[in-house]
Amino acid sequence: MSISAWEKVKLARMPVRPTGLDYIERLFDDFIELHGDRYYSDDKAIVAGLAFFGDMPVTVIAQQKGRNTKENIMRNFSMPHPEGYRKALRLMKQAEKFGRPVICFIDTPGAYCGIGAEERGQGEAIASNLAEMMQLKTPIISIVISEGGSGGALALGVADRVYMLENAIYSILSPEGFASILYKDASKAEQAANDMKLTAQDLLEFGIIDGIIEEPAGGAHNDYNQMAENIRRVLEADLRLLVDTPLDELLDNRYRKFRRI
Amino acid sequence: MKRNPFKAKKYAVSKIYHAKPMDLERSEERPNVPEGIMTKCPSCGRIIYTKLLLKNFKRCDECGYNFKVSAHERIAMIIDEGEFIEFDAQMTTRDPLQFPGYADKLVKTQAQTGLADSIVTGMGKIEGYPVMIGVMDPAFFMGSMGTTVGEKLTRLFERATKEGMPVIVFTASGGARMQEGIFSLMQMAKVSAAVAKHSQAGLLYITVLTDPTTGGVTASFAMLGDILLAEPGALIGFAGPRVIQQTIGQKLPEGFQRAEFLLEHGFLDRIVPRDQMKYVLATLLKMHSQNRTGKATKEV
Ligand SMILES: [Zn+2]
Repeated sequence: MSISAWEKVKLARMPVRPTGLDYIERLFDDFIELHGDRYYSDDKAIVAGLAFFGDMPVTVIAQQKGRNTKENIMRNFSMPHPEGYRKALRLMKQAEKFGRPVICFIDTPGAYCGIGAEERGQGEAIASNLAEMMQLKTPIISIVISEGGSGGALALGVADRVYMLENAIYSILSPEGFASILYKDASKAEQAANDMKLTAQDLLEFGIIDGIIEEPAGGAHNDYNQMAENIRRVLEADLRLLVDTPLDELLDNRYRKFRRI
Repeated sequence: MKRNPFKAKKYAVSKIYHAKPMDLERSEERPNVPEGIMTKCPSCGRIIYTKLLLKNFKRCDECGYNFKVSAHERIAMIIDEGEFIEFDAQMTTRDPLQFPGYADKLVKTQAQTGLADSIVTGMGKIEGYPVMIGVMDPAFFMGSMGTTVGEKLTRLFERATKEGMPVIVFTASGGARMQEGIFSLMQMAKVSAAVAKHSQAGLLYITVLTDPTTGGVTASFAMLGDILLAEPGALIGFAGPRVIQQTIGQKLPEGFQRAEFLLEHGFLDRIVPRDQMKYVLATLLKMHSQNRTGKATKEV
């Protein structure tokens, strides 16, 4: 517990840290990836599809970092474009239609900032997800597995249960961005990380998240299987509970959970 | 979980296969081999045992070229053996425009193909999961949609809605059938409405786009599935490539309007090779076999 916030930032960004697909592989059966927003493109920064969690069909949505430079370029370093958020929303609405729960793995430095992203309405895409997720008539569980950066993370983070892995971070902005705006010096990222209160322990204390999922000794990267097992236990308990909650109660609780912050 | 279980199963096509000559119009030269025993791949030129080709889902194992398959061949590839019940098999068009020469051409095509029109609809099982299915046949008036296709599909969706069943449609079509004019156009609205009602009832609809899917079929029920699958390399578009090229006077980019192009542009959920199609469809049906009404999040 004595790891500093900055050390956690470094841990969360380690290239060997397990990614969304590593968890999908270990937690689900028969994953069938589905692509595209049906408007413009298929954003590879977000992997989404259908799978079984035990006997239960679920929709899985994950922001996906690459495991090497080539993969990272393909995945745009897990920084989604509007079409990524629109794909996620399309599949959430599909999950709603068929009454299956949605599980989101959040792992992004932030929504991509660029010309195309603005032309196609990055802000509109994120906003729509926030509003629609709040009203989605099926359970949603979101887990920040590594980095939860800005609105780009929140766009998958309006959920009935929001968890963070023990060494994950979740913040308004990257520490570098924060430092350059507030301290006019990007190199003061370490100080920013400590000031921002971005660790799982901080956020649990604030009541922003519902729980922390313990990591294997030294971090999630030391034992992918154990990490996945820890997540599985949380999902199993929560899904059973959420699926049995009447819909109006579920939506009411979801609204109030964010309302009181 | 079972992986690709159908692979080990017997392939049933040979029983239904009508021993029609393969579609070789596109190949430059006819193969120098006895008709029927061997077949030449129009894409890579490889000579393949016809029997082997059928076992391989009519897919060239050298270059992956998908040979055209008839509606009944497709059903044999997808539906569990002995489980298909056809609907409205005898339905044919009333030739609403009394279009010159159409009736004669219809009779001739019906005799050639053994089909009443360009779609076969019915009910069956895929790995034991019940489903309503419609399969278009590209050999019948280029799979075009007139009043018969529209009516048969509408009935299929209405019946599926009433019985609470999923629908799978394999599309292969040059678009609306010109000989039935405005009546063909209106089928787009009619079928789409039936699809919408089926969807409102919380039921699953999967479309599988095969080569080619264009025009009024693309612009209606082909694009309305909850899940859109396609075969590799399938031409999918609204306007045909030749029309576009003539209109804009430019050469079209490589791969334009192919399934891979559509996937990249966000319009397909997934490209599925023929030998995996049954497995993927069965898994999707299994995933949607609970929560049938789509209303309750818990099992009732
Ligand atoms: Zn070939």
